[in-house]
Amino acid sequence: MASSRSAGAGRQEPEGRGTVSGGLASGVHYGALVVLLLFLIAPLIAFLFNAFAFRWFYPQFIPNEISFRAWATVADPNSKVLEAFVTSVGIALGVTLASIAIGLPAARALGLYAFRGKRVIEFLLLAPTIVPGVAIALGLNINFLRWGLAGEPFGVGLVHLVPVMPYVVLVLSGVFANYDTNFEDQARSLGARPLAIFWYVTLPAIIPGVMVAGLFAFLISWSQYILTFLIGSGRVVTLPILLFSTAAGGNAALTAAMSLVFIGPAILVLILISRYLSGESGAVGGFGKI
Amino acid sequence: MTHVLVDDLTKRYPGSEQPALDAFTLDIPSGSLTAFLGPSGCGKTTTLKMIAGLLRPTAGSILFDGRDVVSTPAEKRGAVMVFQNYLLFPYMSIGDNVGFGLKMRGVPRQTIRRRVEEMLELVQLPGVADRRPTQLSGGQQQRIALARALITEPNVLLLDEPLSNLDAHLRDEMRDLIVRIQRDLAVTTIFVTHDQGEAVVLADKIALIFDGVLTQYAEPSEFYLRPVSGRAAQFFGGTNFFPAVRRGSVVETPIGSFAFDAPYAERAPAGESVLTIRPEQLHVRGANGDPNTVTGTVRSRIYVGTYTRYIVRVGEHDVEVIRSADTPGQINEGDDVHVHFPSDRLWLVPKA
Repeated sequence: MASSRSAGAGRQEPEGRGTVSGGLASGVHYGALVVLLLFLIAPLIAFLFNAFAFRWFYPQFIPNEISFRAWATVADPNSKVLEAFVTSVGIALGVTLASIAIGLPAARALGLYAFRGKRVIEFLLLAPTIVPGVAIALGLNINFLRWGLAGEPFGVGLVHLVPVMPYVVLVLSGVFANYDTNFEDQARSLGARPLAIFWYVTLPAIIPGVMVAGLFAFLISWSQYILTFLIGSGRVVTLPILLFSTAAGGNAALTAAMSLVFIGPAILVLILISRYLSGESGAVGGFGKI
Repeated sequence: MTHVLVDDLTKRYPGSEQPALDAFTLDIPSGSLTAFLGPSGCGKTTTLKMIAGLLRPTAGSILFDGRDVVSTPAEKRGAVMVFQNYLLFPYMSIGDNVGFGLKMRGVPRQTIRRRVEEMLELVQLPGVADRRPTQLSGGQQQRIALARALITEPNVLLLDEPLSNLDAHLRDEMRDLIVRIQRDLAVTTIFVTHDQGEAVVLADKIALIFDGVLTQYAEPSEFYLRPVSGRAAQFFGGTNFFPAVRRGSVVETPIGSFAFDAPYAERAPAGESVLTIRPEQLHVRGANGDPNTVTGTVRSRIYVGTYTRYIVRVGEHDVEVIRSADTPGQINEGDDVHVHFPSDRLWLVPKA
């Protein structure tokens, strides 16, 4: 996606400006792109090599022998990798759904209406991006212990909502800023009940924004380590938790294999959502552009 | 065919002194075509939305055939509103747009498809069911919006500025279509407009609204012949206003005294008021002699094609006169002329 956009920008250079500067500009674009891709992909290649390597030592540029031992460990129920994977997916999906359910009404109010105290609420919603998560988690830990939420997946999901909500509300309120509620009135006038209005009118208009917000929610929850660690009390084992302890154990191949398992779903979700992220869907702004 | 009675309807918005609509009372006969006319912000769309059920009145009642519908939610009221900017659902086909109301009522798909085709015929756009809203022109979208409302067989059809977004030639076409369909289906229809010409041509009766208050509710010709106020007369293109004092059947003004026809004289306000007469009701003559005639000098002459507009200076006042194009006799700027005020066309409105 990034590459096609960058190439497009290079091609759109006005011809009259002369090919030298145009060529230079697109050269810089491509250069920057290559550096970016190296940063993003090179570590992944190292993971790939490591995950399938058998005795890969310093002077060798690529491993001599291929092995699936690390993957066998990953697949082995005793390693608890798959169990952690399921826990992670469950918590991330739950957090995603909950954040959308909470975020939609909030974003609608913030995007559509002017009311007293709106600025304060906006600030409070963004506050978790300023305050370190550790501080929040440490403070919440005591109460969560008291309420029996610590060490439970539900409690972990709840604390994940803290860093997730600002992004979800921010994305969704942008959607509602361009949203025309007259469409809902029109549907009502034609005989649609509230639920039907949401399903046939509101949702189709905001679905791209909901998908993008959901992507953020999923990825933020998916990659939480410190909050899970503090609130989960070692009893809620998500992939990052397991990954950290494995990495500390020094088994490079297993660490690499698990990292790939960890990265996979994130990339998959990104690909699934990417069409909503591309410029083609003006619908991110609701009906405003029609 | 629904009789609509709006009784003492009031809408106040929080934080605003003046009500958006103040004690609005109106009796709309079943099957009629009524215009809510007024300048922007006068409360006409607010009233329409309250009848549709999309806005809650602060006080008052709305009766459909004698039944109060104020607490009936919009989706069950059967008063369907067509918005000014059509609001076709952009991600649905034209067919799905038109059939939306029936789908919401749980009508079987086969029936919906048949009814959609019927409605598209009615608005003279057959065969567009599979297209997308963006593939249609503004005028076509407007017709689809109309079909989408009519398919539900509404008690009351509410049109918000149905012609204002259209080009001049499309406007005439759409206007004729609305009149034809309204007569065919005999659906009680209310439309909102700020254009008095539109209201006059379309409506059986016009409700003129100023600042949230119903000023006059009457047949279109009444607004020309018997406006209730100077502002109403002005809104309908009246330009001649002279301070007046009526004594019996004679009215005295700074430009002269005029004899009134008796039936009008009795209804006219006594004492201080304002004399108004439409420019097309005045006659310009070369010779004096008639009663009710004043003398002045033509200050300007504007040829408008089908008629000519003259400004005649009489004493300290300007009198505007319109002569139709085929009236014999040429009158030029600077000519001294006599302007005749017909005794049965004089009209007094209260002093503002």
